[in-house]
Amino acid sequence: MAQIIVVTSGKGGVGKTTSSAAIATGLAMKGHKTVVIDFDIGLRNLDLIMGCERRVVYDFVNVINGEANLNQALIKDKRTPKLFVLPASQTRDKDALTKEGVGKVLEDLAKDFEYIICDSPAGIETGAMMALYFADVAIVTTNPEVSSVRDSDRILGMLQSKSKRAEDGLEPVKEYLLLTRYSPARVTTGEMLSVQDVEEILAIPLIGVIPESQAVLKASNSGVPVIIDQESDAGMAYSDAVERLLGEELPFRFLKEEKKGFLKRIFGS
Amino acid sequence: MQTPSLELKGSSFTLSVLHINNDDMAVIAAELDAKLAIAPQFFIGAPLVVNLSAIQTEDFDILGLKEILTSRHLIVVGITSASAALTKQAKSIGLAAVKSGKEAISQPQLPKTTKIVKQNVRSGQQIYAKNADLIIIGAVGNGAEVIADGSIHIYGTLRGKAMAGAAGDRNTVIMAQKIEAELVSIAGQYWLTENLQQNGAAPSGCIRLEGETLTVESLPL
Repeated sequence: MAQIIVVTSGKGGVGKTTSSAAIATGLAMKGHKTVVIDFDIGLRNLDLIMGCERRVVYDFVNVINGEANLNQALIKDKRTPKLFVLPASQTRDKDALTKEGVGKVLEDLAKDFEYIICDSPAGIETGAMMALYFADVAIVTTNPEVSSVRDSDRILGMLQSKSKRAEDGLEPVKEYLLLTRYSPARVTTGEMLSVQDVEEILAIPLIGVIPESQAVLKASNSGVPVIIDQESDAGMAYSDAVERLLGEELPFRFLKEEKKGFLKRIFGS
Repeated sequence: MQTPSLELKGSSFTLSVLHINNDDMAVIAAELDAKLAIAPQFFIGAPLVVNLSAIQTEDFDILGLKEILTSRHLIVVGITSASAALTKQAKSIGLAAVKSGKEAISQPQLPKTTKIVKQNVRSGQQIYAKNADLIIIGAVGNGAEVIADGSIHIYGTLRGKAMAGAAGDRNTVIMAQKIEAELVSIAGQYWLTENLQQNGAAPSGCIRLEGETLTVESLPL
């Protein structure tokens, strides 16, 4: 039975698409057949992060409307076997998503895939609601700052009341906290909330802490999911998060400020 | 069939109520004249009910009061809220003892229950415990609202808004393991974060209404 994982946050720009791409790639690298769906209809980004923007012919909305079948719309990733992308439509808006249509597509994908990653748009409107409605697991992406934390809290409330599992009275959606753009140095100076602060407010299990990293922007711009870059701290942190998603227990890395060496202190990093 | 020559039907009327706060007839007469002078036409022939709730003296002269009112073209139809002795006196001179609508139909007291919520209340969620106490086992997030007609107990951190005694019960309390609230209110009296800080809100505490102001005291934990 396929697991449907929504990557959501409420607030925009916190790293949902980056995380979706990294986690989907990570799962596929572990040998699980995975598809990642862009729910951000009208503001398609996932294809860029995944580096497959030139290969989009049909999209999610075409499949919902019956204008194309799934096999035509799914894009096979060139780097990672067992990984597929279902891109969003750039020319439509969120109203193109219907519960029936999305449900049907997910049902069809579930026959073939182990993991279905839903990259949610920001906000709490139709697009975001559709992305989380069918979820079994939610990865709540949060930046260590108050507005992001509050929006995540709001999304957690939505998961508890508006998801299919809540409506059908099933076991609730499993919620995990993914803290992104974490900067230990700024936590020390009190500019940023600490992991403990965020965990205390949101009160859900932590699945990963991704450090603020130059590698993320570089990876996004070159269309390579950051998890591929195993030299970078962000890449390693995403790998850890994927392991935890699969049930491993790992200590959290990159929570402490790195002690700068003598030369680094003089010449900067 | 012949129509009966009389029928008894219930009907309600709006009557002016005259509250008597002083048992000195001369003072009453003088103040009454002053009031009537403002709109003399309005009061002529007006039926009145006299509220005697403030009169404690048993030998208050109701007949004398009636004469003062009658001489000014006011018609006394009855008295209300009077002590037992005064009610008896009024009946003896042919005045009715009436009960106002509010007194007559007392609110049927619904049994108070308890509503228990065993999860965090997230931002944007609102929980209302109608006619009940509210117990939250978990935290109340920023931007969440918990409202109860009774008291509110939070076994977690209160970061959002909590409103107890929403139906006006002043004897309700708000208890929380940790108070970082945006707003707390009891029977309409409220405090914002800054008021809580000024009043040195304890890390864990009980908020209640003392007179017209809220107070907060820490819990022995």
